[in-house]
Order: sequence, then structure tokens, then C-alpha cells
Amino acid sequence: MNTVIFRTLAPFLTALMLLFSLFVLLRGHNEPGGGFIGGLIAASALAIYGIARGIRPVRHALWFHPMTIAATGLFLACLAGLVSMVAAVPFMTGLWIYPSLFGVEIPLSTVMLFDFGVYLVVVGAITSIALALEREDF
Amino acid sequence: MQPGTMVMTFAAFCLPFLGAAAAPALTRLLGHRAAWPLALFPAAIFLHFAGFLPEVGRGEVVTGGFAWVPSYNVSFSWLIDGLSLAFLLLISGIGTLIVLYSGGYLKDHPHQGRFFAFILMFMGAMLGLVASDSFLMLFVFWELTSITSFLLIGFDHAREAARRAALQALIVTGGGGLLLLAGLLVLWNVTGVTQLSLLLAFGAEVRASPFYLAILLLMLGGAFTKSAQFPFHFWLPNAMEAPTPVSAYLHSATMVKAGVYLLMRLNPVLGGTTPWETILPAFGGLTLLVGAVLAIRQTDLKLMLAYTTVASLGLLVMLTGLGSEHAVAAAALYLVAHSLFKGALFMVAGIVDHETGTRHITGLGGLGRAMPITFAAAVLAALSMGGLPPFFGFLAKEEVYAALEGDSLRSVAFTLAAVAGNALMFAVAFAVALKPFLGARVETPKAPHEGPLLLWLGPLVLAACGLAAGLFSAAVHPLLSSPLASAMAGAPTTVDIGPVPHASLALLLSAVTIALGVAVFVALDRARAAADRLVADIGWGPDRGFDQVISGLVRLGHRLARWLQPGLMEVYLTVTFVVVALALLVPLAWYDEWPRPPLWPADAQFHELAVMALALIGVGGVLTASNRLNSILALGIQGFSVALLFLLFGAPDLAFTQFMVETLSVVILTLVMTRLRLQPRDARPLAQKLPDAAIAIACGLGFSLYLLRVTQSRFDPVLTDFFNLYSKAIAHGANVVNVIIVDFRGTDTLGEIAVVMITGLAILSLIRIRKSTTAPAGSAAEGKPAMRPAVNVGKEKQR
Repeated sequence: MNTVIFRTLAPFLTALMLLFSLFVLLRGHNEPGGGFIGGLIAASALAIYGIARGIRPVRHALWFHPMTIAATGLFLACLAGLVSMVAAVPFMTGLWIYPSLFGVEIPLSTVMLFDFGVYLVVVGAITSIALALEREDF
Repeated sequence: MQPGTMVMTFAAFCLPFLGAAAAPALTRLLGHRAAWPLALFPAAIFLHFAGFLPEVGRGEVVTGGFAWVPSYNVSFSWLIDGLSLAFLLLISGIGTLIVLYSGGYLKDHPHQGRFFAFILMFMGAMLGLVASDSFLMLFVFWELTSITSFLLIGFDHAREAARRAALQALIVTGGGGLLLLAGLLVLWNVTGVTQLSLLLAFGAEVRASPFYLAILLLMLGGAFTKSAQFPFHFWLPNAMEAPTPVSAYLHSATMVKAGVYLLMRLNPVLGGTTPWETILPAFGGLTLLVGAVLAIRQTDLKLMLAYTTVASLGLLVMLTGLGSEHAVAAAALYLVAHSLFKGALFMVAGIVDHETGTRHITGLGGLGRAMPITFAAAVLAALSMGGLPPFFGFLAKEEVYAALEGDSLRSVAFTLAAVAGNALMFAVAFAVALKPFLGARVETPKAPHEGPLLLWLGPLVLAACGLAAGLFSAAVHPLLSSPLASAMAGAPTTVDIGPVPHASLALLLSAVTIALGVAVFVALDRARAAADRLVADIGWGPDRGFDQVISGLVRLGHRLARWLQPGLMEVYLTVTFVVVALALLVPLAWYDEWPRPPLWPADAQFHELAVMALALIGVGGVLTASNRLNSILALGIQGFSVALLFLLFGAPDLAFTQFMVETLSVVILTLVMTRLRLQPRDARPLAQKLPDAAIAIACGLGFSLYLLRVTQSRFDPVLTDFFNLYSKAIAHGANVVNVIIVDFRGTDTLGEIAVVMITGLAILSLIRIRKSTTAPAGSAAEGKPAMRPAVNVGKEKQR
């Protein structure tokens, strides 16, 4: 599996897939996609990188421990639910704002933050399992 | 109640917890002198509640509070009548003295701050308990006193005896708390009210209810365990492992009276019936005698006092059960008197222990000259406990005997029990108060000298209160005793007994009691030997029974765990899948809901058939693959084909997810295989393969049939319509699936991702455990084949 071609291509493939996963995450509200799928794509991207280059580079590239990423995701998801408390509406009510950036209206919402949390949990949890399963004896 | 008073009262309930939070820091700052500022907390509470005395004395009931969980009709509300107020004043008043006493007693103890915090926390819980109006609050505070008592008994946690006593007290009183909860729930069901103040109106209804006996027994279960009634009395003497301030406060003056409080509170509702008037006096009287006899047997000052506390609690329960007007008045008087003299005597025992290094009555003597103030406090308290005029204890005892007057066999029996119990307690009281202080000096581990102000202040004040309350009983009764008795009786009751003896049967009984008491006191050593022999002859006691029950429970738990958790992966998997198969197939068969055989789709397109064929090829590959890696890949093929089908039939989200899940499953399964160093081939013998195959087929069949059946039933489109209609309108999203996940059912998703996270953590730690228990990978590969042989996946043992 560790051919030169694969090892050379893997980082680009991973980068592309990560980018794609974000795209899938963000478009999820209106078209097929979302946090779960995006997270799974990102997790497979990291798995490809791991198979090609070994665990250490993946851990290095991630910077944080994958479980930290997952925990951050869970925290953000909770936070997205709790924002509604400030607005005095029931827990988890979706709240939207439409700030305009360079003349373009960008819809932002707690729902998006929540989906981002889902994304991070899925990436973090699956990556940490995959990385832990790969042998670390080198 | 005026809003200002209400806020102040609420603040009074919070104050102990604030004090507890401040205690460690204050103690670090001031050392043992932190007792002075900390005592201001309970003192302020005492003063606040003392302000209610005139109001409650007029027969008014102070209530207040606010809605806590309005949707469940749960309120944080309090009810302050004569009964609550007496308890509130005792708790905060004695609490003030105890905090000061702890300052001296635990001076320079490394964890004194923690001790202050625990004791203040207990105070908060106890205040809440006696003032609670709502059932839930009563239960919460009830258990909170058990928990704080656990912390305090086990304060000296390095000693095994303290740990055992703490656990025992927690199990007994906490278990009783659960009975109380059950009782409250039944009461709630019968009456529909969740507040004590409202419950009083339902007395007749409750007593007539078919559940009356169940309610009574559950409530008694709670009260008897908390108030150490026979046969649950054993935890109280063991709790003497706690530092003496705890014994004086929790285990004589306040917490152990919570059970009595409950009984007194419920007397107007549950009382007056035959079971009530049989069970309570019987158990109370028995506890009185058992406690008194066991007290005589002890040589440890604290244990002697502890057993007399058991006896006194028995007396209180007995009086509450008798329920006549005199009995209620006697219980009210004795409750207050006991808290005063017993708290003082415990503190005296603590001072003796602290200053001489021993508290064994045989190793003490002649301390009176060295410790005059302590001696004075001890004598004052003992005079009250012995029931001599004009002390408050005398009033209580006179009223007790007046209550028992009568010529029925029952009255005579209880009178005899009361006389015997009181005489023994009289002997113990003077043994504790006189023996260590009079007679020839006995060498003690430490040279005795008078304790500091912090130590003797508490017992002296309490003992003096016992005298003052007796002398000025004309002023005390209308403020304290009469409202207390009225609340207990549920009707206005007046207590008017004075400290001046007048000729009556009660006085005669008092004289007999004192004469008997003096006789026992003089022959204490012989009485002790006799009691010792009696207990030795019986041999078995509830304390040992407790140990037997606990060790039996542990053994049962071990056996159950070994049966349910054999540690064989094979068994777990087999059980799991058999249950899945049964859960799917049995309901179908039971309700005869088998699906109709599916029709062959007439308009099946070629590419759709091709994809289905691909899925079948994948399944065939799994079954025929020569090694495990190939079958994992074949499973992947099957999964991808199904994903393609989803895509073809208009579920792109599902297909998308399925693709990614299949990819990752293949990757992770492969990793697991290499990680566990499984044999590449499946080497199960046929005898194992056949049952495994049968289970697999049953599961597969179950799922297929179930899905077929579900899709054949009529589809209710109400949810589909709802989501299609509102997805864009309310949640601003066109992708209905995603909108459901992140918005409509967002809380579900939150739970799911929490599960994902926890599963990840669990797997991670399982892998870590493997890593640390196996030898380093390099050496394990060739070095120690015996330790980690390559294992068959079916036989893999979980450790």
C-alpha cells in the first residue's frame, strides 16, 4: 500500500477531502450534507493520511489530541443550545443573525454552530479510535 | 409573612452553607480562633428565629417560600409552627455553642477548616429538614443530614473503625430515608397534596385509607432508623467514632431527633389509631430498656452517653405513640430537656477526654479540683438528666409519669419500663458527672487541667439553660413548650407544670426512680458486670447482624457479577445476538404479524438489478472468503451497493453517510484485525460454526421480516408533511434531513454526539488497557508467545 505514488498524493488528497468535508458541512442545511457526513469525510481523509504516512505525522498535523477536538465539538454543540437561554426562548431554539460582509448577507445561526459541533465530535472520536488502533510501535 | 421577613428567613436557611463555604479559608487565616466569627452564623440564625417566638406563641403558623419547579408543583416552602420553631432554636442555639466548642476541641487539627465546613453544612441540612413544608424538601434535607453525618463520623478517615461506623450510619439512615420517600409518595397519592401544612386537613382520610398501614410502616422505617430505635439502634453507639462535638451535636441533640420530629409532625395525621398506639410505644419502650441496660454496661464515657441517648429516643417515641395530652406535653418537655443536658454531658466527656487523654470511667478520678468549671457543668447537666427539681429535666419526668398514670395493664407496664429506664439513666448521668471528678486522683495519660474558655463555655451554657428553663418555666411554657405540644397534638394544648414538687403519684414515682438510680449508682460495678453477662449470654446483636447482611450482599453481588459477566467475549456476543433475534422474531410470531411475501417489482431497471446483484455478490464473498481481510472487503462491497440503492431511490443524505460509514468500517475493522493480531483465517470448528450460523441467520431473517412488515403497514405521513411544510418556513433550511438533525430534533442529536464521544473515550481506554497490560510490542511479537498467543476472534477473552 505504501507506494511512492500513494505517499506523494496522500497529503493533497487529504487536504482536498478536508476542504470538501467543510463544504459538505456548510451546504448541509439546504442540500445533501451536514455535520455527520462532513465529519465522516474528514475522518476518512485523516485515515488516508495515516495509512500513507504513519500516525506521527497525523498527530503532528492535528496539533490537538483528537479527543480534545471531539470534546470541543460537544462543548460547542451545548453552547449552541444554551445561547437560547440568553434570548429567553426554550433550549435549542435556532437563532439566526444576518450580518452583511462586503455587501453580501451571510446567514449565521446557532444551528450552524451546532452542526459544526457535530462535525468536530465525529471527526475527533473516529480519528482518535483509528489512530489508537494503528500500531504505535514505530 | 411580610416580604422582608421572608427574604430574611430564606437567607437564614442559606446562611449555614455560606458559612461552610467560608470556613476553610477563615480557618487558614485565623486558626482555631475562626470559631468566633463562624459562630456568628448560627447565632444570627438563632436570633432571627427567636423573633418568631411571640408570633408562634400566640398559636400562629409562619409559612413562606416560593415555587421551585412549578411544572411539577414542587415548592421551596417552609412551615414554622411550635414544633419547627423549637427544633430550629435548638439546632441553631446548640449549633452556636458547638462551633465554639469545636474551635477548642480540634485546635491545631490539620483539617479543622473542613470540620467547620461539614458541621455548618449539617446545620443547614437539619434546619431545612425541620422547617420543610414540601415533601420533596423534607426528603432532600433528610438525606442531606445522613450524608453530612457520614462525612462527620468518618472525619477521622484514617481509622478503619471510623470508616466502618460512617458507612454503617449512612446505610442505615440513608436506607431509612428511602423508606421515607416511599411513604411520602404513597401519602401524596392518597391525599394529592405535597405539603405538610396541607396534609393536616387530610388526617381522617389518610387514617381511613386502605394504604394507611403501608404509609405508617414506611414512615416508621424512616423514623426508627434515623432515631436509632431498636433494632436499628446499633449505628448510634458506633457513630461515637466521630469527634466529640459531632457526638454532642448530631448524635444527641439534633440529627437523631429527626425521626422523632417526623413522628411528632405526623402525629395529628397518622396518630391515634391502634397500630400507631401499639407499634410506637412497644418499640419505644423496648428501645428505652435496651438502651439503658447497654448504657450501664459501658465504661467509655461517650458510649455510656450514647446508649442513654438511644434510651431517651425510645422514651420520646413511646410518648409520641401514647398520644394523650399529658404524653404529648411530656414528649415536648423531654425533647428540649434532653437536648440541653445530653449535649452538655457529651461536651463534658469530650473535655475530660481532651484534657486527660482518656475517657474510660475506670481510669478517671479526682479531676474536680483541676477542672472546677467542667465539673460544675457536668453536675448541673446530670441533675437535669436525673430529673431533680428545679431542673427542666424534672418537669419532663413529672409529666412523663403523669402521662403514664392509669390502672390498665398497659399503663402499668409502660410505667414500669419508664421507671426502670429512668433509674438506669439516672445512674449513668451521675456516673458520668461524678465518677471522673470525685474520689482519689487516678493517673491519666495527660496531666489534667481546666480546658480553655472555648471548651467549657458550651456545656456550661447548656447546663445553665436546663436550670433556667426549669426555674422560669412559667415564662418558657407559653413561648416554647405549649406551642410545641400544640403542634404535636394538632390542637391547642397548654403545658403548665411548674418546678415546685407537689404531692402526686408522679412525684412518688420520681422518688422511686431516684432511689433506684442511687442504688444502681452505688453498685455500678456490679450492675455493669450483670449487664455484661446478660449481653454475653445473648451473644448475637444487630451490629453483628448488620455485618452479616453486608457481607452476604457482597457475596451475592460477586456471584451475580461472575454469572452475568463471565468475561468471555463469545458469550457476550452470543447472548446479544440471540436476544436481538428473539426481540425481532417473537413479537412477529406472537401477534401473528408476519409480512406478506414481497412482490417482484415489474418496473425494475437493469442498473437497479445490477446493484442488487452486486450486493449479493458481496454477501457471497463474505461467506466464501478464504481469509478475514477478504471478507471485510467483501462486506464493504455489500455496504456500498446498499448505499448506491439509497442514492438511486432518492435518499442522497443517507447514501452519502452510508458510503463514509462503510469506508471507515473497512479501515477500522482492518486495523482492529492487525491490532489484535488475529489469525488471518477463521478456524472455528464446525460444531461452533453451525450454532453461530443459526444465530446469524435468525438475526438477519428477523431484520428482513421486520422491515418488510413495517414497510407494508399503512404509512402515516403526518410527520413528513409537517417537516416538509415547516423546514423552510421555520428553520430556514431546504434539506429536511439535516434540519431535523440539527434543529427540530437537535436535543436528540446532542445526546447522540455525547454518546459518540463517550464511546470514543471508552474504546480509547480499552485500547490503552491492552497496551499497558501487554508487553512492549517489539518483545511480545517473538519474546513471549505464551503470554499473548494469537487468538481466535471468537475466543478472545475480555479482561
